[in-house]
Amino acid sequence: MTLPRTASQTVGPYYTLGLCRRPENELADPSEPDAVELTGQLSDGEGVPIIDGLIEVWDAVGRRWGRSGTDSEGRFSFVVTKPDALPGQAPRLDVFVFGRGLLRHQLTRIYFPDEGEANGRDPVLSSLDEGDRATLLAEREDGALRFDVRMQGKQATVFFEH
Amino acid sequence: MSEYAKDSPIVLPDDPSFGPEVQVDYPGYRSTRWRAPKRPLVSLPEEFHDLAGPVFGAETVEEFDYDLTHGHPGEPLGERIIVSGTLQDEDGRALPGALIEVWQANACGRYHHVVDQHPAPLDPNFSGGGRCLTDAEGRYRFVTIKPGAYPWGNHENAWRPAHIHFSIFGRQFVQRLVTQMYFPGDPLFAYDPIFNSVRDPKSRELLVARFDLDATQPEWALAYEWNIVLGRGGTGTTPTENGR
Repeated sequence: MTLPRTASQTVGPYYTLGLCRRPENELADPSEPDAVELTGQLSDGEGVPIIDGLIEVWDAVGRRWGRSGTDSEGRFSFVVTKPDALPGQAPRLDVFVFGRGLLRHQLTRIYFPDEGEANGRDPVLSSLDEGDRATLLAEREDGALRFDVRMQGKQATVFFEH
Repeated sequence: MSEYAKDSPIVLPDDPSFGPEVQVDYPGYRSTRWRAPKRPLVSLPEEFHDLAGPVFGAETVEEFDYDLTHGHPGEPLGERIIVSGTLQDEDGRALPGALIEVWQANACGRYHHVVDQHPAPLDPNFSGGGRCLTDAEGRYRFVTIKPGAYPWGNHENAWRPAHIHFSIFGRQFVQRLVTQMYFPGDPLFAYDPIFNSVRDPKSRELLVARFDLDATQPEWALAYEWNIVLGRGGTGTTPTENGR
């Protein structure tokens, strides 16, 4: 038996009423020694910040999850620790991007800048050309991690089938 | 009204070849123009679909979170309704213990949100957010009021059909679904680009709840049944080897 799947629809601009009723952006306790702030900006194909987007982040190995709505500058923020790596892969976070104008959420990944060797061997990351690979790498910025998400354009973030 | 909407039909013809997939760059929905990814999606190794997703325990949900009419000094205005159904995967397996979150406009079509400036009254007794976990049989149930239609500025005289937003976490990470439930017989269906971005008419129809006389509570509330089916994901094995 195969039942027909329920189709996706946009979260729309008012998702905070259902999805942001409490702060849920700390995948790690800020007091943990390895905890680091992860911030970024979500922007559209014209470079305009998306102020009604929602980012969900999942560390599948450590089983830590969080989400952050974007603010009036399209910014989101989390507290994370670098996940342990799955065998043969580089450490990463799995990311869903939601927003008004996104009829289905989009899937991307955050890889870590201090994992050059593991990143080079990662089967997904290493299959991408250099420009695309760069869109999935967080950057170090003042002791924090920075990861921007661009929906379209020359430096558009790589999104995955799901 | 944007050039984008003006140049494009608000609603495209049916196309069953889409199946349950939504057309993410649906031209009649203006905001997709600069937001929907333009490049082909990159495929991932098959085992990624087995990746387990987050699990939310009973502590996530408080006693009356399922009842959107609760928690205010008085009763909200509008038609009280019960919305219930089952959560299953494509193979017909019930998904127990799954977090379902909902949000909606009030009976007048106004969201309790600072950005919503539709000149319809706010209701001090209605915030419009709720959540529940599915039970052992994968069933969920909400008590709420029927939301109103509202204008949204996408094109000239654009109105959203009444709907309730649903967010669902399945077992696998890739089973995640956010969607909208609609009410039967809404005259706005034919004019709504978001609803019609599901181009397969059968899949679109599955977004519409069924009036459920059996679940209606006499002298109290009408009921609607809406069943949700998630993709199958993978096998559900977690990736945490080495005894983690």
